[in-house]
Amino acid sequence: MEVLTLLGHGFGTVFQPINLFLVFLGSILGTLFGALPGLGPINGVAILLPICYTLGLPVESSLILLSGIYYGAEFGGRISSILLNVPGDAGAVFTTLDGYPLAQKGLAGPALALSGVASFIGGTIAIVGLTFFAPLLATFAIDFGPSEYFVLMVFAFATVSALMGSNPVKSLVGVAIGWMIGIVGVDSTTGVMRFSFGEAELYDGFEFLTVIVGFFAVSEILLMLEHHSSEHFAMPKITRIYVTFKEILYCKWTILRSSVIGFVVGVLPGTGASIASAVSYTLEQKLVDKEGTFGTGDMRGLAAPESANNACAGGALVPMLTLGVPGSATTAVLLGALMLYNINPGPMLFVDQPVLVWGLIASMYVGNIMLLVINFPLVRVFTKILQVPYWLLVPSVIVLAFVGVYSVNSSTFSLGMATLLGVLGYFLRKLHYPMAPVILGFVLCEIMEDNLRRAFAMSGGEADIFFKGSINITLWILTLAIFFVPMISKFISKKYALGKK
Amino acid sequence: MNKALRFVTGVLAVVALSSALHAFEPKKPVCLAPAKPGGGFDLTCRLVTNSMLAAKLMDKPMVVSFMPGGVGAVAYNHVIGQRANDPETIVAVSTGSALNIAQGKFGNHDENAVRWLAGLGADFGAVIVKADSKWNTLSEMIADLKANPKGFALGSGGSIGSQDWFKAALIAKAAGIDPKEMKYVAFEGGGEALTALLGGHIQIYPGDIAEFSGQFDSGKYKVLAVLSDERLPGKFKDLPTAKEQGFDVVWTIWRGFYLAPNVTDEQYNYWVDVLQKLVKTPEFAKERELRGLFPFTKIGKEYDTFIKGEVAKFRVMAKEAGLIK
Repeated sequence: MEVLTLLGHGFGTVFQPINLFLVFLGSILGTLFGALPGLGPINGVAILLPICYTLGLPVESSLILLSGIYYGAEFGGRISSILLNVPGDAGAVFTTLDGYPLAQKGLAGPALALSGVASFIGGTIAIVGLTFFAPLLATFAIDFGPSEYFVLMVFAFATVSALMGSNPVKSLVGVAIGWMIGIVGVDSTTGVMRFSFGEAELYDGFEFLTVIVGFFAVSEILLMLEHHSSEHFAMPKITRIYVTFKEILYCKWTILRSSVIGFVVGVLPGTGASIASAVSYTLEQKLVDKEGTFGTGDMRGLAAPESANNACAGGALVPMLTLGVPGSATTAVLLGALMLYNINPGPMLFVDQPVLVWGLIASMYVGNIMLLVINFPLVRVFTKILQVPYWLLVPSVIVLAFVGVYSVNSSTFSLGMATLLGVLGYFLRKLHYPMAPVILGFVLCEIMEDNLRRAFAMSGGEADIFFKGSINITLWILTLAIFFVPMISKFISKKYALGKK
Repeated sequence: MNKALRFVTGVLAVVALSSALHAFEPKKPVCLAPAKPGGGFDLTCRLVTNSMLAAKLMDKPMVVSFMPGGVGAVAYNHVIGQRANDPETIVAVSTGSALNIAQGKFGNHDENAVRWLAGLGADFGAVIVKADSKWNTLSEMIADLKANPKGFALGSGGSIGSQDWFKAALIAKAAGIDPKEMKYVAFEGGGEALTALLGGHIQIYPGDIAEFSGQFDSGKYKVLAVLSDERLPGKFKDLPTAKEQGFDVVWTIWRGFYLAPNVTDEQYNYWVDVLQKLVKTPEFAKERELRGLFPFTKIGKEYDTFIKGEVAKFRVMAKEAGLIK
């Protein structure tokens, strides 16, 4: 096996002391960037990149450190989601749905440990996929044109219908609000400004981070303050710290399925961890949630998005390394790093830069194990966060979140916007509108609309472009299945029950 | 009020100057990249900051800071509105920004609102197709496009009215097609457009040659023409220009910098001098080559005249294309 020999050389690169140290450093810093609400992998990579360059690190060492921060952040994003109900980064939005209820039940420790294991498995499966199938997957990603992306988004929204269980109308309103926020800014096809009111800060629309900090951090803090002042707010008790083997085994199929989904979504350029975790969460809810415990602190509902978002980080490196096309915003910055070192990312990278590529891949195996080892003892420390008094915790979270927003935009305008959205989010939550559909509507709206318009531009306005090709057909069939299989199965089970009577 | 303020500042400046008798030198020089890290503006800034550091022309190291939004619109408004007197910050700018200024997409400010400092490098447009495409020359492609205007999709990394679109529009015009009628697919960045070309979703990619250079040796694409006045040096020397194939289409993507509107002549001249020195150093030449940029040097007055000419030209082009009234 040629791949194994090359991978062996890669491990040779990683086990140089300096690189080993950088993997370790990247993992720690990444966990930290992921854990702090508002700061995500993109901030971490963007801050460290100039430092690496100035220090004169060789390119493979820089990339090992930077990608360590990338997947480390996906690993760490779960922490504040579980403990505070504030997602640490974009991929961790769905982790709040079951992670936070678990913490409320006093199971923050096991939740952190289980999500750590799920993240580790998701990450590792993605690296194995990256090692063996990268070139193959790259050709698959190329076949995804605008029409295929559009149908994929239709499929994603169909899976979201599963999220609408308790109150479909409110969820749909939530999606619509997400769309309304997403539509602000320059129209990517015609260059016309939409709802920007001549304000230059709105030309590019709302920054993802601004929206997430508003809807999650600010509104959460308003809710916390209200609870705290109005009634005696009981601190969740910590019953136990460690996760049992039984609990891990209980989630094994969920973790495996979600890892594969996360990896595949990651491979597709232009998608990201938020979509990967959304699709896997809703799919698992359809598949295994027979008792309707998802959203109330189900271990499987926690494991699904966590394995998916880590797998996605690995998947996003496939188009970056094989095609020179970023699979996510963070990999776009990593590509910039390569160009800074005068390495032209592109289809020739595997051939021209074997030391770099295989050193990077090998470092990810090592990094994942390090993350798991670092994270287990830290569970005890992190759960202590729940015992920090509110007068200290609340201002710290909001300060960190605002620092994150400011570091991306360097403008106070976006801080104002985050506050405004936070107040809106507060009222929506008071009225029991779920936040996940809002965020999903916001994230998917741009990809969906852009690709719809691109597809129409290509076909000259004919709609048949969406029904051509095997990928489109498969996606339509899957979409229909998501809608109708539950209905049919309900119908059959009803009939069966009637027959029994 | 404003006048009074300006007067007081003026007096203060004179007093400060006469007492100190020191020439201006920035204490914390900054290059503002009006985009997220990793993009073209970032590279523009690094071209100066890195070579400045290597050539040791400034006492203090120059740092890069970021302010994304609207191809530079946010930074433009910010510098004019809130940092109008700041002599320490130079801001990166490109053809794309000038196009948006021409189309009135930079708020209420036009090209006379800042002090144009220097252009330090350039990239050129290129017509790129898939390696197994049946076209081998630009004329073959244009002939096909003429015969069947709706048969082929052009795709690039920007919306209608962006510099990517203008390249496509110029090619369409060369084929006698009204730019409004051409099939144009707007992608998010050149990388996505290249992938779509590879997947056969679009047939023609009007891109930029330096940006494309990483894919140049991959053997997956063919460059039918570069949109420069003369042939390019180095590994691109065998690529024919559009001009020599009989189509007068030239598209330069220059990269440069501006200063805040109210900087003094002394401060402006300091930057002009230091950049004049910088472009003569081997460190700068090396850095420019590293960034894949071609020589393009216009500093001070020369750049100011150039930019105003460009914006005026773009305004005419945008009017012709029906983008502005």
